Amino acid sequence: MKLITAIIQPHRQGAVHDALIGVHVNGLTVTEVSGYGSQKGHSEIYRGAEYTVAFRPKVRIDVIVSDEDLESTIQTIVAAACTGKIGDGKVWATDVTDVVRVRTGERGPAAV
Amino acid sequence: MPAADLAWLLAAFALVSLMFPGLAMFYGGMLGSKNVLNMIMMVMSSLAVTSVLYVLYGYSMVSGNSLGGLGIIGDPLEFFGLQSFVADAASGGAEGLYWAAFFILFAAITIAIVASGAAGRMKFGAWILFSGLWLTLVYFPLAHQVFTFTDEESGYVGGWLRNVVELHDFAGGTAVHMNAGVAALALALVLGKSKGGHRPHNLPLVVLGAGILWFGWYGFNGGSAAGANFLAQYVVLTSLLAGSAGMIGFALVEKIRTGRATTLGMASGAIAGLVGITPSADAVNPVGALLVGLFSGGVVCLALKWKTRLGIDDTLDAFAVHGVGGVVGVICVVLFAAGDAPAGITGILFGGSWDIVWRELVAITVTCVYSFTVTYAIAWTLNKTIGLRVSEEEEYVGLDVSYHAETAYDSGRV
Repeated sequence: MKLITAIIQPHRQGAVHDALIGVHVNGLTVTEVSGYGSQKGHSEIYRGAEYTVAFRPKVRIDVIVSDEDLESTIQTIVAAACTGKIGDGKVWATDVTDVVRVRTGERGPAAV
Repeated sequence: MPAADLAWLLAAFALVSLMFPGLAMFYGGMLGSKNVLNMIMMVMSSLAVTSVLYVLYGYSMVSGNSLGGLGIIGDPLEFFGLQSFVADAASGGAEGLYWAAFFILFAAITIAIVASGAAGRMKFGAWILFSGLWLTLVYFPLAHQVFTFTDEESGYVGGWLRNVVELHDFAGGTAVHMNAGVAALALALVLGKSKGGHRPHNLPLVVLGAGILWFGWYGFNGGSAAGANFLAQYVVLTSLLAGSAGMIGFALVEKIRTGRATTLGMASGAIAGLVGITPSADAVNPVGALLVGLFSGGVVCLALKWKTRLGIDDTLDAFAVHGVGGVVGVICVVLFAAGDAPAGITGILFGGSWDIVWRELVAITVTCVYSFTVTYAIAWTLNKTIGLRVSEEEEYVGLDVSYHAETAYDSGRV
């Protein structure tokens, strides 16, 4: 089992969600986050005074998948989130040692 | 038709009273979200302090017969408690008590503007004390000198700027706006710079506040016409035109300098235009009113950089908007006052007499120098005795929590 974490542009959230419905993803968690990569922050000007805003709004999607669905899910997310511009974000995967479905107590792959 | 006059004046009073929440929102939105309530309290408290002082001795110091006939200050004991206005003089029109009410609003809005220079770093109790001293020592004398007309028939002696220098200032470009702008600068100088910046937290609130201020301005200038008359219509039009052109002037300069026309800029430009028209509303023609707005908005936008150069944290730019804006408005009277406008003054560009130059220069200089010097002295003295500035930790946490135990918004709390 793997945890896929994707940091994407907020305006691509809908497209990524729509694309994931088409593959083996039964659920996901979305969080509004702030941060920066190579895009850096941006500046705002109020009455001529410049304020640097270090962090940009991003959307974080967490989804747990079985090992065999890993590659297709990552490809789906990347394809849907990509605009080709700086700031599109990152996707990474980490190993998950155990998963429990709270309602039934099922464990491991059956709970994904 | 004194009853019709009174009806308009009562309506104008109501319009002006709405300028207080308007100013509170205008300033509150321009600060970070941790100092909004403190700013709202500083602005609204101006009404509380002014009302008390005005009944005790404020009305006497402003509108009382000049002490010694010098035109400097009214007799502070003449109208103690406003008791002499209690009986109906049966004139059917506006009587002394109406003008007491109207001028309480003028005095209070002036000290409320000064609050912006101290945003986010002044002890609230010290502010209340400062505002009382400032009204007594700075506003009341200047208002007496600028607003009161000598009446030889009744033996009443008014202010020297009005009657000896014969300045032209329709509704308070000097005693209200220049005075407040310069005082905010002096107070900010004594307080020192804020830690960290004050990035605006709510621009829609700023625009709503500016809009309410604009609405109130029709009462401020329109009520200064002292009746339901041609002059009232005239200044309502010129006020509208100057506020509108102020947005254009500010936005144009801003676009050229920084590449963007901004929301805060448009709101600031409208207020700058209204400040500019306050002394000149009855003296310019409609095209002149547009020029007053255009120049006020544009020059105020340029003046915003000065505080950085001077190293003074006049936090919400009262000096640029009200001080410089007021000076621009008075200079517009000197330059292109129209002889056929109600004031009947001809500006020097239209071949008018040059003596208006020294009259207005004396008024500007006296107002600014007096206001700066005495405000600085009051603030310096209070700072040495009770201390004006909050602690570093209180400032970091924000005055809403550290002084009032409240927060403006509870979003994001679990």
